[in-house]
Amino acid sequence: MPSLHQFCAWLDSTPASVTIKTIGWIVPTVQTIHILSIAAVMSAVLMIDLRLIGILGRDQLIARVSRRFGPVIWWTLPILLATGVIQIIGEPARSLENPVFRLKMALLVGALLVTLGYQIPLRRNPSYWDGRRWAAQIIAVVSLLLWVGIVFAGRWIAYTG
Amino acid sequence: MEFDHLLRSLEATSFATAIREGNSLFPWLEGLHVLADTLVIGTIAIVDLRLMGLASRDRSITRLTAEVLPCTWAAFAVAAITGLLLFSSRAFDYAHNPFLRAKFVFMALAGANMLVFHLLGSRDVDAWGAPEQSTPLRARIAGAASLLLWIGVAVCGRWIGFTLARG
Repeated sequence: MPSLHQFCAWLDSTPASVTIKTIGWIVPTVQTIHILSIAAVMSAVLMIDLRLIGILGRDQLIARVSRRFGPVIWWTLPILLATGVIQIIGEPARSLENPVFRLKMALLVGALLVTLGYQIPLRRNPSYWDGRRWAAQIIAVVSLLLWVGIVFAGRWIAYTG
Repeated sequence: MEFDHLLRSLEATSFATAIREGNSLFPWLEGLHVLADTLVIGTIAIVDLRLMGLASRDRSITRLTAEVLPCTWAAFAVAAITGLLLFSSRAFDYAHNPFLRAKFVFMALAGANMLVFHLLGSRDVDAWGAPEQSTPLRARIAGAASLLLWIGVAVCGRWIGFTLARG
């Protein structure tokens, strides 16, 4: 079975990877789209989590805030994945063999599971979290920490591996 | 040149030296800066899209801005402080980078756009800012301009990292 290192070396030599490396504007452009997408996700997450904690917009149901901002997270995810994959193809070893990149992916899985964890109960019962304040606050703090961790890990990929 | 001299003395300060010569201070500050930037741009976009009538239409503009803009200003304060610290570490190089200069032009225009709309364009917001009410053309233009200018800030910000020359 080929190792990850061999896979990265192969991916690194593909025409797609060579193109991404050769044409100077591709990586900065893709990174800019990636960061703007993160801006959309982070702000949506912040609004939902601050409502879950009870700091913002307490005059409206949690379900309503989640319905307003929640779709932003899921609709932006494909853009983040696509722009992320382009960066991986451009420099496979820098990401796939980098422990910080793996940490970022683990945090992402955790953050998405937490997002599903508060969105799914709301579908059946819109006032589900309004009656469970402590649980809502804990889930919001965990969510915020995970997403903040993702941003820091993302920036640290450039300095590790 | 007087200005260049000032930049060099900023680089010589103890905190600038620590950020420049330390192994992890710069990446941590940069991470915090990026986090704050995403929140500044993203929360402003929430207001911009509401002004354009494209999102959050079920919330009155006054209520939406009252909960979103404090987050924007808090994030902006973090972005400004971390930005200044990052800048200080290589003040001369950053100050001579065309993308950093363009970034500040975009931010100044975004600020002017916000100020004009706040002082002149949104005085009668109670007349058109209720849920599901359509927004006037001037609000749509101000929202669209703000959105584009902040995207310009993000573009320039990312390009600085690829174009910083050593001087």
